[in-house]
Formats: sequence, structure tokens, C-alpha cells
Amino acid sequence: MRHLLSTEDLSLHNAIRILDTAEEMAAVGEREVKKLPALRGRTVVNLFFEDSTRTRISFEAAAKRLSADVINFAAKGSSVSKGESLKDTAQTLAAMGADAVVIRHWASGAPHRLAATDWIDAAIINAGDGTHEHPTQALLDAFTMRRHWSKLAGTPSAGADLKGMRVAIAGDVLHSRVARSNVWLLRTLGAEVTLVAPPTLLPIGVDKWPCAVSFDLDETLAQGVDAMMMLRVQGERMNASFFPTTREYSRRWGFDDNRLRALDSLGLKDTIIMHPGPMNRGLEISAAAADSPRSTVLAQVRNGVSIRMAALYLLLSGENREPAAAPVSASAAASHAANPNLTYSHQESH
Amino acid sequence: MVLTRVVLNQADIDRALTRIAHEILEANKGSQDLVLLGIPRRGYPLAVRLAAKIAAADPTVDAAAIVGQLDVTMFRDDLSHQPTRPPYPTQLPRTGIDNKVVVLIDDVLYSGRTIRAALDAIIDLGRPRIVRLAVLIDRGHRELPIRADHVGKNLPTSSSEKVRVRLEETDSVDGAPDGVRINEVVIEATA
Repeated sequence: MRHLLSTEDLSLHNAIRILDTAEEMAAVGEREVKKLPALRGRTVVNLFFEDSTRTRISFEAAAKRLSADVINFAAKGSSVSKGESLKDTAQTLAAMGADAVVIRHWASGAPHRLAATDWIDAAIINAGDGTHEHPTQALLDAFTMRRHWSKLAGTPSAGADLKGMRVAIAGDVLHSRVARSNVWLLRTLGAEVTLVAPPTLLPIGVDKWPCAVSFDLDETLAQGVDAMMMLRVQGERMNASFFPTTREYSRRWGFDDNRLRALDSLGLKDTIIMHPGPMNRGLEISAAAADSPRSTVLAQVRNGVSIRMAALYLLLSGENREPAAAPVSASAAASHAANPNLTYSHQESH
Repeated sequence: MVLTRVVLNQADIDRALTRIAHEILEANKGSQDLVLLGIPRRGYPLAVRLAAKIAAADPTVDAAAIVGQLDVTMFRDDLSHQPTRPPYPTQLPRTGIDNKVVVLIDDVLYSGRTIRAALDAIIDLGRPRIVRLAVLIDRGHRELPIRADHVGKNLPTSSSEKVRVRLEETDSVDGAPDGVRINEVVIEATA
């Protein structure tokens, strides 16, 4: 794994590897010294062309817990507002010796562009691109679900997948990169996904996605759901009217107090309520639902740091990732491999 | 061609561990404050076996309560020169390690770099009164000023040879997860 760009092409092996590594990273947050020296001397650049609070802070906390140096770059107040191109920004970061670039961009595909070109030789992590993907959010959602699912089954979560788990994702699917990344990842992990949304907020071609589609939230709940994920209504991306009024939206598509009570009367006592944040309380989720014991909103934030630590660690450690400032020449790499003192396998690491 | 030579069989390993268990008790003048931390992968099963032997020699000891696992992956100095290693869990005994006598346990002592990483890992978890080191095999070729307090067998080797420890908890004859279990230490030399 060299970059983390999307969950669509993430293999089951790599997905489980990230989740398992995150499980160990989570333990660090509970220790007295909440820091590991694994990425000492590495530089992680947070390149954010779009506003974000929790994702940027989460990546920053993750990088710092692994002892990496963090440079935060926000498009506002930078040369981007003077018209600098993505290429020039990337080459500037490369010249400064960035080992990893965490990029959020309003254009779908911007992280792929950075990864595919020779503008910068760093690990690229997609932190949300347009309405395309947000892989670390999907991974932290899957991590949260896996912990819940394993706890119910009474088995350890390490190594487990989500086979048989019923997940409903409701709300603004059209503008949601979280929904897209979750659909691909949850399919890979074996969960059954149902998208619930008004027809105006579903993208074209959704019938070809590996999931079911429903237009009725109450009906979906009645069929049984193990995890209910509410999506944020993305007002800032809406350039047309997708639903008549916010009151109608919250009554038909929001997770309100009546639906919270319905979970109990339907006998769904172990169903969790998830939200990627930031929440529009009273619109897609009621305050009572967001603050109920079923809500995993804060656990998701906590798990986000662990997942991002795992992603940074897996991308930035390992022999194929020499520091960007000092690329190893082919002959140096060959003599390294020829020295028997340095070539011991994982099984024999004394 | 790879030449394989068995240097310790199951009975040899068991005898060595029995002796180390008694040495640990002797050096500590009893079992008070003892904590055994095994380094994954094969140090941990050795720590479990040693704890059982210590409990057999001293009935006041609860074997499960003094043994733990210490992962050192994130503290290694060769992270950028090796294939990416996924970390293993770190599990400390419930009593913690503050003011304890911690005995680190690993299968093979070679360069000493794993133990250097383990010492750093311990410091981030607490402050033991004493840290000691017990290994099944000491094969020499140290690169750091580190030595073991308790050694199962000193094994002079050439650095071109490989020492493989196979334990029934982690290994089978053919490497398959459900294969026939095996306990042995072999030296592999390329002829």
C-alpha cells in the first residue's frame, strides 16, 4: 500500500490490516505517555482546500501521536488564493521534503492526480475529495461497527469482518463522499448496506452500487437494522432545492424522537446510531437521538484518531518509504539487500 | 542449499526454561513483585511457560497474574528499512509495572536492538524498579551494550546463519496454521 485514495480499490486484506493496526493504536490513547516514536523525523502535510475541523484535527493528533512533524496548510490565507495551481503547491511541498500529504479538495479526483503524477513523491492520503470518497471516515465507521459487532458476538474484534451486519445509511447520499466510501468498504467487509434517501438526493447510477436502495426510513427500520448512519444535509453544496422544507425533510428522513422510540418497540435493542459529523441537530438527527446511549458519534471521533494513526503508520513505515529528501540509489539498495546482517525476516527479528 | 541443524529439541527447551525459572526466583530472592513481559511473537509463549514453572515452584504465585506481552514494533530503529510490520497487542498484568521487577523475555538475543526498543517501550508504560532480561538463545553478534541476565543456551553462530525457534504455540512442522505442532531450535546455514 503506497497511497490511501479510495475504499473502492481497497482489498479485504488491507482493510482488515488497517482496522487491526488501529486496534493497537487505540491502546496508545489510554496510556500515560500518549506517543509512539514510530514516525520520528517524518513530515506530514495537512493540505486542506476545504474547511474541516474534525478531520484536520484528527489527522494532526494522529501524526503527532506517532511523533511526526505536522505542517498545516489551509487554502484560505495561502498562495492558492493568489491563483497558485495544485501542481505548484504540490511541488513546493515536495521541495520542503513532505513524506505524506493528507489532502482534502473540493474537486473529485484531486488526490488521485497527486498520486498519479510525479509532482510529489510522498504518500497521499485522501481526506475527502469533492463528492467522491472519504476513505478514512469509512474506515473509522467500519472500526466503530466492528467493535460493536464483535462485542455482541463476544469474539475479539481483531481479524474480524462485518459479515451479516445490516447497515442503513440515510440522508444526503448525492453530495456525500462518506456514503460512497462506506458503501464500497462495507461491501468488502461483508455487511449488507441499504441507502435511504429522497429520490432527489440519490446520485445517477445508484442502482449499480453494491447496496439496496429504499425511499422509506420507517420501512427500512422495521426490516431490522444493526447500525443506522445518518448523513449530514450538505446545505453548502446544494445549488437547487432538493426537498420542499427542512421540516418535511426532518419528518420523513430525519432520525427524530419517534424513530428513536420505534427502535425499542421494534425490539432493536442493540442498534447503534452513527453520524460522521458535524451534525445538524433537529434536521437529520434529533438531539435526543444524538445524545442517546445508542449514539456512537463521540466514539467515531475517538476511533478516527486510531484509524488515521494506523493509515499513517502503514503508509510511512517500511523499506519502500525512504525519507523523501534522501532517495536511496539503486546500488545502495542492492548492497543493503546483500548484507546478511540487515536482512532478517519478520519471523526472526532478534 | 540450506543446511538445517537441530540444536535444542523439546526436552532441551523445557529443561532450559525450568532452569531459567529457578534462576529468576533466585535472583529476585523469591517471587515478590515479579512481572514477566514476553516480546511478540515467540517471547510471549516463553513468558507464559516460565510463569507456569515459577508458579509450580512457588504456590503463592498466580501464573496468569504476573505475565504480560510487550510489543516493541513502534520503537524499533529499523522501521524504515524493513517491510511494514503490523503491531501486536501490548497487555500488561493488572498490577501494572510501576515499582515491579520486570523480566523481559525473548526467544533469541542477537544484535540487541529489539531489547533497546523494549526498554524504550517500557519507559513509556511505567517505571519498574528493576528490568532484567531472559532469553532462550544468545547467539552473539551484539551491536549495542546489552547482555542477558538469564540465558537458556549460548549458541556461537556465524552471522550468515539463521537461528529459528519454533514453539508449539506459534509454529507447526510445515508452517500451516493447523499443522502438527513443534518445539525446537534449529540453525539454518546456506551451503
